Amino acid sequence: MALVTLTIDGKQVTVEEGTMIIEAARAAGIDIPSLCYLKDINVIGSCRVCVVEVERAKTLQAACVTPVAPGMVVRTNTPAVRASRKLTVEMILSDHPYECPTCPRNLNCELQNLADRLGIRRVRFPGVKEEEPVDMSTPAVVRDSNKCILCRRCVAVCEKVQTVNAIGPVGRGLDTTIAPAWGEGLGASTCIMCGQCVLVCPVGALYERDYTEEVWEALGDPDKFVIVQTAPATRVAIGEPFGLPAGSISTGKMVSALRQLGFDRVFDTDFAADLTIMEEGSELLERLAKGGPLPLITSCSPGWIKFMETFYPEVADNVSSCKSPQQMFGAVAKTYYAKKIGVDPANMVVVSIMPCTAKKFECQRPEMNDSGYQDVDYVLTVRELARMIKQAGIDFANLPEEDYDDPLGISTGAGVIFGATGGVMEAAVRTACEIYTGKTLDKIDFEVVRGLDGVKAASVDLNGTTLKIAVAHGLSNARKLLDSITSGESEYHFIEIMTCPGGCIGGGGQPIPTDTEIRLERIAAIYEADRNMPLRKSHENPAVKELYDTFLGKPLSERSHQLLHTTYTKRPRHGTMVCKVEPEVCELEEAAATSTVADGDDS
Amino acid sequence: MSENTEHKCDCAGIHLDIEQYIQKHKGDSGALVQVLHYVQERLGYVPKDVQVKVAEILGVSLSEVYGVITFYSLFRERPRGKYVISICQGTACYVRGAPEVLARLEKELGIKAGDTTEDGLFTIEVVRCLGACGLAPVMTVNKDTHGRVTEDKIPSIISFYRAQAEAESSQVAGD
Repeated sequence: MALVTLTIDGKQVTVEEGTMIIEAARAAGIDIPSLCYLKDINVIGSCRVCVVEVERAKTLQAACVTPVAPGMVVRTNTPAVRASRKLTVEMILSDHPYECPTCPRNLNCELQNLADRLGIRRVRFPGVKEEEPVDMSTPAVVRDSNKCILCRRCVAVCEKVQTVNAIGPVGRGLDTTIAPAWGEGLGASTCIMCGQCVLVCPVGALYERDYTEEVWEALGDPDKFVIVQTAPATRVAIGEPFGLPAGSISTGKMVSALRQLGFDRVFDTDFAADLTIMEEGSELLERLAKGGPLPLITSCSPGWIKFMETFYPEVADNVSSCKSPQQMFGAVAKTYYAKKIGVDPANMVVVSIMPCTAKKFECQRPEMNDSGYQDVDYVLTVRELARMIKQAGIDFANLPEEDYDDPLGISTGAGVIFGATGGVMEAAVRTACEIYTGKTLDKIDFEVVRGLDGVKAASVDLNGTTLKIAVAHGLSNARKLLDSITSGESEYHFIEIMTCPGGCIGGGGQPIPTDTEIRLERIAAIYEADRNMPLRKSHENPAVKELYDTFLGKPLSERSHQLLHTTYTKRPRHGTMVCKVEPEVCELEEAAATSTVADGDDS
Repeated sequence: MSENTEHKCDCAGIHLDIEQYIQKHKGDSGALVQVLHYVQERLGYVPKDVQVKVAEILGVSLSEVYGVITFYSLFRERPRGKYVISICQGTACYVRGAPEVLARLEKELGIKAGDTTEDGLFTIEVVRCLGACGLAPVMTVNKDTHGRVTEDKIPSIISFYRAQAEAESSQVAGD
């Protein structure tokens, strides 16, 4: 591609043709502020914060939508630029509630930071502050349109990255809100609660439903036995809110912090990930033997499950019946483990630390109570855990490293890689290959399914039989694989789908910011954590073996099916709109009604 | 979130020509405004079940359909009354007492501008200049123009159309 040289603030910058000024400036070490810009996803120039002076242009130009040109001279810090940015931000602030101290994004808010950066000490315009009710219709994502600045990043992510289209602009001008259709709450929409909108919201208009109070209450109740599980991707992100660099592995510190918070046992979802591999790997081998239904698709990611139930119910039989590791953990904890230690499961509280908002929805699904109780009581995102650690006054960065409790804290490297895209596939391949061939793998690193390519495909040789596999993350990528299944063209045997870009390390419950660079750091940390584990294959997990020997019997046993497997529900694609009539029937009725239609207007 | 919690599909209520018109643009997301325009012309509003049909057949999301409907003031989410009263609030009408006339209309009909009476008879709409400033303040009821209206004239105008509607319905019943 051709290169273009331009001058930004007196510096010569050479970038590829087509680059926007904002990116060229970043390459030159100049940060142009913006509220709406999201590289490759939301490039609409709507907030007008990124304006710059371009020589010979009549007006200030939005740097996020103005491509570079040869010889262009750009100035990013002039009196006119400063005055314009200030005016714009003052106008945004004029109808923004001044609730910073009580806002979930306090001290981590792009608007707050920008007002500070621009030195705004007074807002000249008394705007009308709307009082819209806060949307609490889902157990996972809260929408407070009073704080919304209409940047449309959430709309762009929901549409382009996830292809869910749950929200969009409603109305026009000052009355515009970002909302689901028909003025309904997210709970009635197609929202899959992935929380990607939360990660990109510059302010506190979209955030996780906070369950920290409920968890504090359980921890303070002497009659409750409170256990906690930590998802694979949490350990490589929890350090960030405490100033540790992205990609720090904080497993031991997190365990230590959880003990200090008062949890009776600190366990690892990685254990249940190993268990998932045993069940799902066996399911795959069984389906290969029986001849279908194939491809088998993973079921760990609750956003993907709701997406499938809404948009692709026809592939439900392809989706593994395995519960996600979080839910397997809950079901095992309140049966096997409760019995083992002599605790009444009625008094046991299972808390999950998750990189995910959709897990909050998953644990409240009506079918997730096979232990006789709600298997997982509360899900906290990494952000909420960080909040609790701060509330407790724990100096996270200087905590000693501690180990998980036995037996549900015992895991392998195969469990930890569940946190990155391709990880479930790699873990499954490690186990399925060895069980199928009966031989030990020479090389267990399966690099071809790693990394941030949207769709990754590979073939695995199983004693002469070729296993064709594919991995997708981000639901726009998943659609490519799903459409090939519904059209009958899919040649794959096994497909991993993760809702969030990068997999769980990029989940909607992770610390903010979560961007591509940070995702890559966390992925690198996940594979490092895997390499550091003495055991790296799920079927070698001694605690999982013991669980089968003493309780479940074998994978896919009757008890496994009862506790570890689930079913799916077809969901309406248009919120609460229920179409009671089958389309074909419907057309017949309309045809019969033609004669009355002909003469009746507005009937 | 108040009134819209339950929607019953009313597929059979969709007129066949509307269905056919939407089908003609199957998969053509660019035809969204055009299709909605047709529905609006045909029904006087865009019912929820038609919004869903349009979304499914054109291959756009419901949030996009709804976004377009709420963006353009031409499109309506609710049916309009049998008589649409358009009251001008343009400059000439305004200075000659149009706000008082509007207030009286709202009081007599018990609705606000933009709304429709429960019996489905009247809708009040505020417009900006009907181009008949010589008759200010002016309002139209469907295609009838009423010039130099004062607030005192409002009750009799409303009674006139109410009587007309009653006469029409009894005639239909008599047939």
